[in-house]
Amino acid sequence: MSILIDRRTRVLFQGITGRTATRMAERAIAGGTSVVGGVRPGKGGTRHLNVPVFDTVADAVNATEPDATAIFVPPEHAAAAMMEAIEAEVPLIVCVTERIPVLDMVRVKEALAGSKSRLVGPNSYGVITPGQCRIGVMPDRPHTPGKIGIASRGATLAYAAVDQTTRLELGQSTSVGIGGDPVHGMGFADCLELFLADKQTEGIVLIGELGGDDEERAAELLRSEKPKKPVVAYIAGVNAPPGRRMGHAGTVDPFGEHSAQAKIEALKSAGAIVVESPSLIGHAMRQALWRH
Amino acid sequence: MNLHEYQAKELLGRYGIPVPRGAVASSAGEAREGARELGGGTLVVKAQVHAGDRKAAGGIRIVSGEAEVADVAAKLIGRRIVTSQTPPEGIAVKKVYVEQALDVEREIYAAVLVNRAEAKVSVVVNRQGGSGVESALTQRENLIEVAADADGVDAAETKRLGEALSISAEQAAALARILSEARRAFFELDASLIEFNPIAVTRDGGVTVLDVKMSIDDNAMFRHPELEELRDEDEIDPLEREAHRFEINYARMDGNIGIVTSGAGFGLAAIDMIKAAGGEPANFMDVRPMASRDQVAEGIRLLARDKRVRVILAMPVGGGLLHCDTIAEGISSVFRKDGKILPVVYHAAGTGKEISEMTLRNQGVPAAFADSMEEAVREAVRIAGSRTR
Repeated sequence: MSILIDRRTRVLFQGITGRTATRMAERAIAGGTSVVGGVRPGKGGTRHLNVPVFDTVADAVNATEPDATAIFVPPEHAAAAMMEAIEAEVPLIVCVTERIPVLDMVRVKEALAGSKSRLVGPNSYGVITPGQCRIGVMPDRPHTPGKIGIASRGATLAYAAVDQTTRLELGQSTSVGIGGDPVHGMGFADCLELFLADKQTEGIVLIGELGGDDEERAAELLRSEKPKKPVVAYIAGVNAPPGRRMGHAGTVDPFGEHSAQAKIEALKSAGAIVVESPSLIGHAMRQALWRH
Repeated sequence: MNLHEYQAKELLGRYGIPVPRGAVASSAGEAREGARELGGGTLVVKAQVHAGDRKAAGGIRIVSGEAEVADVAAKLIGRRIVTSQTPPEGIAVKKVYVEQALDVEREIYAAVLVNRAEAKVSVVVNRQGGSGVESALTQRENLIEVAADADGVDAAETKRLGEALSISAEQAAALARILSEARRAFFELDASLIEFNPIAVTRDGGVTVLDVKMSIDDNAMFRHPELEELRDEDEIDPLEREAHRFEINYARMDGNIGIVTSGAGFGLAAIDMIKAAGGEPANFMDVRPMASRDQVAEGIRLLARDKRVRVILAMPVGGGLLHCDTIAEGISSVFRKDGKILPVVYHAAGTGKEISEMTLRNQGVPAAFADSMEEAVREAVRIAGSRTR
């Protein structure tokens, strides 16, 4: 088992003819991901990477019945692409696009409420169940099938955790990039819930940063669920200069209250193991699993 | 993109939001002229810089008469204002805004902002506004959320607002109009923040916006080419501005350890690791996924231009798009083309780790290779502490 995606997942690529989308779709296909089609307005009826291309998501859904769609659409059109996928009731939407206007995401979230879709991202590295299915921009190596579930806001910190858990022969069940934008789809709590219910996942890694309240919501869930599976967390941004924009749109927080320190306290008091350096994630997880 | 107060007032004035009469000036002469047009009397001279806490830093002065306006303007223009929200050396004042002073009875704080936790736009007010309430947003217990939709604030909510703030029905109605229009402007202009601090209830019973802080979502600028001319490039750190051109998110800090990392989260983590090891980071860096070798090289040259930097700590984590070798090639390229480079401490992980280390070794870059992030950080802190430049 795994969460969100596995070898049966049929994947659509919106914006499939773009440079990055092409590279990442090629890599997905080479690794065994079932890519069933692509969408590119104006190129309906053609083929790209040997899969059919459609003008609209609705056409693609009718013809290929995808379980998930990857959004590789420029920021100007990304919200419309997500809306189209929501309307066509694609169960899982994974958006890697960066720099989407925040009010566009407010509108997308409105459309998501009560819909049949789940959203990962935007500004996400994607979702990968190693050896089975990948939707996103992550590297294949050093991912390896295994028992650790990872959810992270940032990509590189997640890759570091993947690297460590692979070296320690723990491997990963699924890794989910919840994305660095202030308004986004699935949060840590949503991922945690799925990982707790997933038999393959024996330990869970959460990698957060200052701003927003995703970490706090995850802490609340931990407090009420008291899970047996260990949760190791790392939170970046304890020393971030206040009021400055630091790369992620997600790191600006007008409410200012959700400091990295507050998140660390919240997770610790909820029973998570919070490490002080990203290099300690793997070891902390191995130790926690031994104790179990 | 942050707007100056005078720009925000101009924009919001078009929405019928009441602001005092004012005039923007780039010189003492212009300020005097503006004061004359405003009819003299008691006026406020305000330095136009993108930073809060201006009053405490002497950037807002209440004066009377044209002569004093010119005098204060002459002192402010060209001066650097240093507040908690500016870079350490402050921001130079290029323009002042001269405004009619009002007889203020009561100050209220209000803001329209993206409530990220609930993924919606929120309108909030605080009973108290004015200087010293710069952090009103952080005191959530004092914030009152105002229900508003595309039609604005309705009658029932206006009544509730009046009661919560202890203001008259007319004043509540005026405030509700301001908030409704501000919300409309927020959506139409793709704002990321509109903060009124304060809105004044004047002695004659009026309700007027005294100060506004407004930002436009940079990611939405493609929809607002007309707002591009409001951008004040001088307000952005020149290094940060340049870095942006090279696909690099960069923010300057006060220390002497230059950081080269990719990913915003990892960039923040590197800062925390350095601090924990007793060092001082010179910057935040997030080399974006599509950056090229040459862009990375330019980023490293930018780092070296900050004369405080004594060592470069490069900790790439290779992903699916950006590989470690791109970072290493950037470093090597600086060394090869410039004939010199600051001492480099290097630790790589992920895609391209081995090849990146080989690149640095083959090019003879003076790099210390660390086996772990901790070791790399410790070594960088040691070099920064021992080396003078």
